[in-house]
Amino acid sequence: MVYGFACAPANRPAGAVGSADAANKVYVAPGQHDEFYAFMSGGFNGQIGVYGLPSGRLLKIIPVFSQFPENGWGYSEETKPMLETTFGNIPWDDLHHTALSQTNGEDDGRWIFVNANNTPRVARVDLNTFEASEILQIPNSGGNHGSPFITSNSEYVIASTRFSVPIPQADVPIADYKKAFKGTISFIAANEPGKMDVAFQLLVPGYDYDLARAGKGPSKDWVFLTSYNSEQAYEKLEINASKADKDFIAAINWKSLEACAKNGKAENWPVDYTHNVMDEFSRVARSETKKSVKMLTPQSCPNSIFFLPTPKSPHGADVDPSGEYIVAGGKLATVIPVHSFTKLQQAIKDKAFETEISGIPVLKYEAILAGEVKDPGLGPLHTEFDGKGYAYTSVFISSEIVKWKLGTWEVVDRTPTYYSVGHLMIPGGATTKPAGKYAVALNKITKDRYLPTGPELTQSAQLYDISGEKMKLILDFPTTGEPHYANAILASKIEKQQKKYYSLAENRHPQVAKAERDAGVERKGKVVHVRMTAIRSHFAPDNIEGVQVGDTVLFHITNLEQDWDIPHGFAIQGAINSELLIMPGETRTLKWIPKSIGVFPMYCTDFCSALHQEMQGYVRVSPVGSSVPLTANTLKAKGQVARAAQRGITLPTPPGSSAGAVDAHAGHPTGTPRPR
Amino acid sequence: MPASLRARLMVAVSAVALAGALFFPLWRVSLTAPQYPEGLGMHIWAHTVSGVEPNDLQNINGLNHYIGMKTIVPESIPELRFMPAGIVAMSVAGLLVAAMGRRRWILAWGSTLLLSAVVGLVDFWRWEYDYGHNLDLEHAPIQVPGMSYQPPLIGSKKLLNFTATSLPATGGLLAIASVILAVGAPLVARHDDAGRRASSTAHSRARGIA
Repeated sequence: MVYGFACAPANRPAGAVGSADAANKVYVAPGQHDEFYAFMSGGFNGQIGVYGLPSGRLLKIIPVFSQFPENGWGYSEETKPMLETTFGNIPWDDLHHTALSQTNGEDDGRWIFVNANNTPRVARVDLNTFEASEILQIPNSGGNHGSPFITSNSEYVIASTRFSVPIPQADVPIADYKKAFKGTISFIAANEPGKMDVAFQLLVPGYDYDLARAGKGPSKDWVFLTSYNSEQAYEKLEINASKADKDFIAAINWKSLEACAKNGKAENWPVDYTHNVMDEFSRVARSETKKSVKMLTPQSCPNSIFFLPTPKSPHGADVDPSGEYIVAGGKLATVIPVHSFTKLQQAIKDKAFETEISGIPVLKYEAILAGEVKDPGLGPLHTEFDGKGYAYTSVFISSEIVKWKLGTWEVVDRTPTYYSVGHLMIPGGATTKPAGKYAVALNKITKDRYLPTGPELTQSAQLYDISGEKMKLILDFPTTGEPHYANAILASKIEKQQKKYYSLAENRHPQVAKAERDAGVERKGKVVHVRMTAIRSHFAPDNIEGVQVGDTVLFHITNLEQDWDIPHGFAIQGAINSELLIMPGETRTLKWIPKSIGVFPMYCTDFCSALHQEMQGYVRVSPVGSSVPLTANTLKAKGQVARAAQRGITLPTPPGSSAGAVDAHAGHPTGTPRPR
Repeated sequence: MPASLRARLMVAVSAVALAGALFFPLWRVSLTAPQYPEGLGMHIWAHTVSGVEPNDLQNINGLNHYIGMKTIVPESIPELRFMPAGIVAMSVAGLLVAAMGRRRWILAWGSTLLLSAVVGLVDFWRWEYDYGHNLDLEHAPIQVPGMSYQPPLIGSKKLLNFTATSLPATGGLLAIASVILAVGAPLVARHDDAGRRASSTAHSRARGIA
């Protein structure tokens, strides 16, 4: 019997948790909140998944580079401009990395930045609304994998070219790679909301550039990013880019570049790129095309970039909380090399250069090396820190996390992951003040961890307790998309600042209806504007007639609620579009082109009240040239207002109160609000 | 004979407390329900009705529409236009009465204040009654037979899914303190005068005058 019990778990997968101790550590009782918010990149779903830690519960999906039918992101007229690029409106991208804004090297909870790999872009997401409010296209870039990485006071977000390409783009033979292909490192001014811009770019040799980390403390004026393919291969990279014994970490003094750019050392390169901003008050995004960018070269700004030889095809470059150590993860390396910032400064002073490439001095490996971590496992990638003197490196090929000590470079613990961990994340691990309590492994493979879900298995992360000497796996949790990097922040740093609703009084949407009496319809040629209000539990107007086949009908719906968590939804039959989800105080517009005559229902899609099912209406569509006049009904004046009116008193009407509604638009086809 | 200093001081403090009630909400009506764990609330001031949080009043009105309750529009409540003037007048009068110190005036002023307070509370109750009972049943989506929605004057009451709690707020407490002082002042004055007479008699006896 005892044996029976002891043997029972034998067929369970290795590393199964199963202990009550672990369960207690991740259990967040009903009504209790998680300690951390984790923002996890969604990879090819183009979104951010927000998870609670330690529970691993999914709290929210923030669409950024991908259309999201759940709330109409990229489908509503107000949000479409957010997906605008010089290539046109792109409904998808590949979101890999996250970077929380920092002040003095600490997470400050204002924003999170994320990248789009495919059509190079960087987005800023506001953490008081959990919504993307700004997206900037990166010009002169052939793929934006190495971004966004933020400086310790959020001065710049750094983005590098993954694929070197002809810069500026040109029709050249691919075989001219070595001659014609270049990379760029972009410095995006990030600290002023609504004004993100490429402050300057640095033209660099045609390698593949990858992940970066800005310095902190003594190294705060520097940024360190890995490169691979220093062989400059352009075919069969798997073999041809893996030949050199060492590739490089580029160490860049961004302060020095900033000074060069300010002192006229940069050339203005003509190039088109878009900048999309969601206006805070109208909640309408606008898209603007910028026309030039400041380009620096290593020659035009000497002593601003150095190459640090680093074995072998390095992937991650990470800086420890003190700002002294730069840790490289080499995909094919057998050691983890750690460079010293102090030694780097000395080597530059001593001109301890091996050689020079396109004006970039290559420092001597021995002159800058602080130490090497031996036997780190196969395929070390990324390193995070716990603030207690230890580093944690994700190791892809041998599927494990390796804990080692800064300074002695000794491996002190290792624990398996399930399976093929890419990035790992410690809350605050990229800052000067890590909260070294948990580590999250962001895995690529989940065979046997969950029930199978077809050929594609669920995506996964794993949570480790790192508060003790030994790392301890305490939770598996599935994630949306493919998680790459993630950031986590103490919930207490953001929960108090959450917006409950948008102020209706401050709503500056051009088609806002701040009260039901402002609702109505208006025809401008073939375009019909419907200004509609939504409040529990009705739309005003709820019946519209006089629309004709082929009209472009724009439903501008204002949610009159001023209360937390009362969004209203909107959908109409046959619209080649998504629904709208309209937050309290917000106006959102859905475009509908009726294709046939008939009477089409519309309704609220988000369960809003006991009478949610009654929150519906009709649009009558007549043939082209029909004489049916364009009309919209709203509720008639009644009750208190009518009684007050009899006594000659005009009552100020709270927005949305049906008592204040009057028949706004019978005979008012212009849609002008009646004088109050 | 002017009233004792104690009694006059009570009147003065009462008048000042009354004036203070202009600057704070008199009453607070709080509403909680399972889906409103953070609660909604209304402050009743001498001159207006406001939400405890910026949009509470609008949200309460929004909810009230389900049961056909009238929209609460402070501008349509005439009492709120007169009450501040009444309070100012009573405060000024109180200070004058304290300065003059006539017992008769103190009594008259205290009685007026007490009466006004009672009238005020009755009036408040009447408004509550009106809002709670005078429903627009033609347009109310939720109609529960026999149900009315009058919140209590003081205390808690369950109204459908909401628990309505009505309590004096800072201004109301000041007003209550003012009334207590105003009612107490004539009593203190009488007590002190009796004492003064007794002591002056005793004193006179001691000096052999009587």
